[in-house]
Amino acid sequence: MENDKIKMTVKEYSEYVESKSAKSPIIKNIFLAFISGGLICVIGQIITNLCINYGIESKDAIIISTISLIFLGAFLTAVNLYSKIGKYAGAGSVVPITGFSNSIVAPAIEYKSEGFVLGLGANMFKIAGPVLVYGILTSVIVGFVYWLMLLVR
Amino acid sequence: MIIEYLKVFITGGIICSIGQILIDKTKLTPARILVIFVTLGVIFTAIGVYKPLVDYGKAGATVPISGFGYALANGVIEEVKDKGFIGIFTGGVKATSAGIAAAIAFGYLAALFAKPKIK
Repeated sequence: MENDKIKMTVKEYSEYVESKSAKSPIIKNIFLAFISGGLICVIGQIITNLCINYGIESKDAIIISTISLIFLGAFLTAVNLYSKIGKYAGAGSVVPITGFSNSIVAPAIEYKSEGFVLGLGANMFKIAGPVLVYGILTSVIVGFVYWLMLLVR
Repeated sequence: MIIEYLKVFITGGIICSIGQILIDKTKLTPARILVIFVTLGVIFTAIGVYKPLVDYGKAGATVPISGFGYALANGVIEEVKDKGFIGIFTGGVKATSAGIAAAIAFGYLAALFAKPKIK
């Protein structure tokens, strides 16, 4: 009985989504993405600078900052806050590394009930997987081209 | 100090705004945005466009996922310089290993302790 409400064809659904998203003003979205994305990056820079102040090498400081932001993204997703921030921040919460972390935790929580291997384990990389696939693949191509260039020289 | 943070803020803000424009104008899903940004990050680093951005905006350019691509490309180029052919396969992941391991570890723990949302 309850299912009656969500019986929509794909076309109806996309029309529904469009009617909702058409109302969202683009300028406001961009502004919010700018502010939130910028702030997350500033937090990253503050952590990096703190580490450098404690005498940590700048390369390692950036790694610590990245790990901290990944932790923050995972934590905020687990306590169900990240999606709330995302409603306002839009791409400002997707593009930073915290969004990458969120993309791992969110499906993992959702599919946890299907078991630890095929549920949690398999779905952790539902979105992050493609990111790693294309990122690493491109880096291998870049490495190969660079290697060829060194050979020719 | 303030100027530095302002540069970080503006650089990061602009990169995220580009993502927002793509979401609003093209209906690309966040997953595709992430893939596009990381791939472009690798390519722009390889052709030398991304480095000036990192020099100017620091975390503003490294925290967005395109910065992950920057680390991948830098890692692979450095490693090919040092080790030659095998560097093609070791460089990228080596440079981003901390991020990947942290994402798996914290992601797993977070998922373990979080309660699934009731729909």
